Amino acid sequence: MGPVGAHSALEPAGVQARHSLQLFDAYLYVAVLVFFLVIAALGFALGKRSDPAHEKREPPIEAKRGKRGVVAWATLATVFTLIGLLIASVSTGHSMALMPSAEPVEVEVVGHKWWWEFRYPVGGVATRFSTAYELHVPVGRPVQLKLMALDVIHSFWVPSLSGKLDAIPGKHRTLLLRADRAGSYEGQCAEFCGAEHANMRFLVVAESPAKFAAWRDHQLGSPAPPTDALRQRGLEVFMSSRCSSCHAIGGTDAFGTVGPNLTHVASRRRLAMGTLENTPEHLSSWISDPQTAKPGVQMPSTPLPPEDRRALLAYLEGLQ
Amino acid sequence: MNPAFEPTVTAHPANEAKPERDAGLYAWLSTIEHTAIGRRFIGTALVFLVLGGLLALLMRLQLARPLAHVMGPDRYNQVFTTHGTTMMFLFAVPVMQGLGVYFVPLMVGARNIAFPRLVHFGYWIYVFGGIFLFTALLSNTGPDAGWFSYVPLAGPEHSPGKRVDVWAQLITFTELSALSVSVSIIVTTFKHKTPGLSLDRIPIFVWASLVTSFMVLFAMPAIIVASSCLALDRLVGTHFFNPAEGGDALLWQHMFWFFGHPEVYIIFLPGLGMVSEIILTATKRTLFGYVPIVLANVATAVLAFGLWVHHMFATGLPQLGASFFTGASILIAIPTGVQFFCWIATIWGSRPKVDTQFAYVLAFFATFLIGGLTGVMLAAVPINVQVHDTFFVVAHFHYVLIGGAVFPLLGGLTHWFPKLTGRMLGERLGLLSCALVFTGFHLTFFPQHLLGLRGMPRRIYTYLPDTGWGFWNLVSTVGAFVLALGMLVFFVNAARSLASGARAHANPWGGDSLEWAVSSPPERAAERTPLLVGSRYPLWFGELGQVVGLKPDEHLVTRVVDAEPDHVMNAALPSIMPFITAVLTAGMIVACIFTPWGLPAGATLIAVALFVWFRPTDREPAFDTRARVREEAGVA
Repeated sequence: MGPVGAHSALEPAGVQARHSLQLFDAYLYVAVLVFFLVIAALGFALGKRSDPAHEKREPPIEAKRGKRGVVAWATLATVFTLIGLLIASVSTGHSMALMPSAEPVEVEVVGHKWWWEFRYPVGGVATRFSTAYELHVPVGRPVQLKLMALDVIHSFWVPSLSGKLDAIPGKHRTLLLRADRAGSYEGQCAEFCGAEHANMRFLVVAESPAKFAAWRDHQLGSPAPPTDALRQRGLEVFMSSRCSSCHAIGGTDAFGTVGPNLTHVASRRRLAMGTLENTPEHLSSWISDPQTAKPGVQMPSTPLPPEDRRALLAYLEGLQ
Repeated sequence: MNPAFEPTVTAHPANEAKPERDAGLYAWLSTIEHTAIGRRFIGTALVFLVLGGLLALLMRLQLARPLAHVMGPDRYNQVFTTHGTTMMFLFAVPVMQGLGVYFVPLMVGARNIAFPRLVHFGYWIYVFGGIFLFTALLSNTGPDAGWFSYVPLAGPEHSPGKRVDVWAQLITFTELSALSVSVSIIVTTFKHKTPGLSLDRIPIFVWASLVTSFMVLFAMPAIIVASSCLALDRLVGTHFFNPAEGGDALLWQHMFWFFGHPEVYIIFLPGLGMVSEIILTATKRTLFGYVPIVLANVATAVLAFGLWVHHMFATGLPQLGASFFTGASILIAIPTGVQFFCWIATIWGSRPKVDTQFAYVLAFFATFLIGGLTGVMLAAVPINVQVHDTFFVVAHFHYVLIGGAVFPLLGGLTHWFPKLTGRMLGERLGLLSCALVFTGFHLTFFPQHLLGLRGMPRRIYTYLPDTGWGFWNLVSTVGAFVLALGMLVFFVNAARSLASGARAHANPWGGDSLEWAVSSPPERAAERTPLLVGSRYPLWFGELGQVVGLKPDEHLVTRVVDAEPDHVMNAALPSIMPFITAVLTAGMIVACIFTPWGLPAGATLIAVALFVWFRPTDREPAFDTRARVREEAGVA
């Protein structure tokens, strides 16, 4: 695994998650108070000696009417507490909807079985790029995520940054969030989406605006064509095997869109739906046998002669 | 009210009770005794509880540590889907309905349930549905798209094969069964109350069964439409849920949760009803706030249909609409709160004996309360979007369903064990089972709140070590085995008591309601003499009379509200046809998975069976006009 980011609704690093946590805390205090009040009342009810007026009579007897006032007050208190909680919920929801959203970074987020694609539509067609598993955002700037799904329903969730929102085929949903602290934050698909739902992870990297801009400029470019023989052979292997029918690499003739775009694969921290650290060993075993690592994944095994595999790895490792 | 009410009927030779064959498979399959059918429902549902529980243990083993290899995703997805489907459709609803079939007629003083053959048909449909689901699971065709079967995942493109069809047809089985029972419980409560037991005097458990039966009538059509549309999408190529062809993926969720949310209340309202009954007999007090508790049941039933969208907050619905559903979801805490307050007021100063049944009520109090409070949290959109579809929600609804339905059920089974079996349930093992179940439950599910908040989504077959979820998952798994041990003790206790428990007399707890007036276990329907009651707590207060002169195969029909005698009707006769019709219906439902021709072929056969079932007989109707009955009864 790569560096572990925060992955908890209890450790907010963004404005939306903070709103959720504040409201949760308020509800939690009320809940704990109500729990102990009710249990205490039950305890008293059980421990209370029956009063003399009742003791004289053999059970069964009529329930005491004397507690009517108490029950009425308890009910009334319940009603007002709940109305208070309702108001708190609606006003928090309102603040979340009104999060400042001037000049947002726009990213299209596409849920696939079973990986997340992030498309950065910077300007026109020539300045778009697509990446996977790793969403980069600048700290302190609003990010507008346009959620889409092409196969089944997925749900985009980064607990430390924001609540979840579903990506639904045939619908467009927009999630507004902002990272207030630099760092990396774990995300995971939250809607059951089939065999590998459990491993549909991703990472949100929040970095300074300057670093973000540098990352984006780098992603826009294509890696230089391989110069040494080994990596040239690797490119040949990539183009001639089934790799290129599903994956795209900028600057080559590989345009596949079924799997993640590999233009800058070596610059990513993780592989394999965001579950493996990006090391040559992991990449090698992932390519040769993805089904063992993640049963059900759509990538087929690609058996290659050792020298071809070495060349392919060298080529992919060079895609910084 | 007359102490004795004597309807006069014209004797007719064909009306004489025919000697019934008591033994033999044929008689067993033809029974019309609600006690027999009710016991079968309860027993079968407990078998499915064990099966569903074993699946849960498998899941807990797989999740006990990161990257465990008990199962792969393919198996795990079948297991968690079957676990949810079993617990909801094959355990919780049938066991509550089975208790209704057994106890509602007894508690309203009726000789038998209305439409016993329909109920028996419902029982067999339910059994065949359950066998069908588990056969599919064992042949690696278990449904694997979740008990909610969201489209497009459950659609033809993403779930090829027959797995989701098994799920959709299981729904058909359970719909049929639940509707059959609900109709019968409603009619029993409305038309077969014994004279004097007006609608404002029926026990709270009967109210709860009545209210949930109405909920079934309103909730089931939504899922019938939904599962039919899904089956059509899958089997004949319609596109109700296919966005590419103008269908809508969210339509499924609306229809499913319009049923699915009330389903939760259908399961735990009878549980709350049992809590009222146990508190009543434990405290020997009349219930504080009978009317508020009844109104709370009705209010819960109505509100339950107005908050399905809180299952869909993460789908990104408009804010204003979501607020409405937040309000409704929060408000439903009020009627439940009222019930809590009334129970505490009833208990106040009554010094009840804490035996097994009352211990389960105390377990219910603590557990269900937590489930309700986390439910209020889930109603708030900003919190919901964080914890939705995580283990926080898994914890929440197990607190609600195990706390609100299973604990009261175990208490209720202890309470009614003498009436069901004629033996007393052992106290020592009973208390031990309660302690183990309670401890195991909280050990299993409390840590899951924390796991959810720390980012663990539901329905995942594995997780990575770096998530830090391993420790609490291990605790949860240990808890699950403690819980299972507690259940085992409960069943061992039941088996031992059944074999050698103390014999129970008619009213071992000194209860107030009419089920304690019949022997333990009750006489056959034909041998019971309906009572004439004079209060809301007939065995405690007021005069008791008897309705005399009813022939063994006759039932008294009374008016809905005041339970005044209305007329006398012929009882249903034993018949094998409900079983045969159920076999044919099951055949049709299963055949439809493989060929659309299953429907017309099956429908034809069923039509023939129904004709045989309802063929005219030479029985003379035991009519007696309303006027005549009233005259004889001295009712103006």
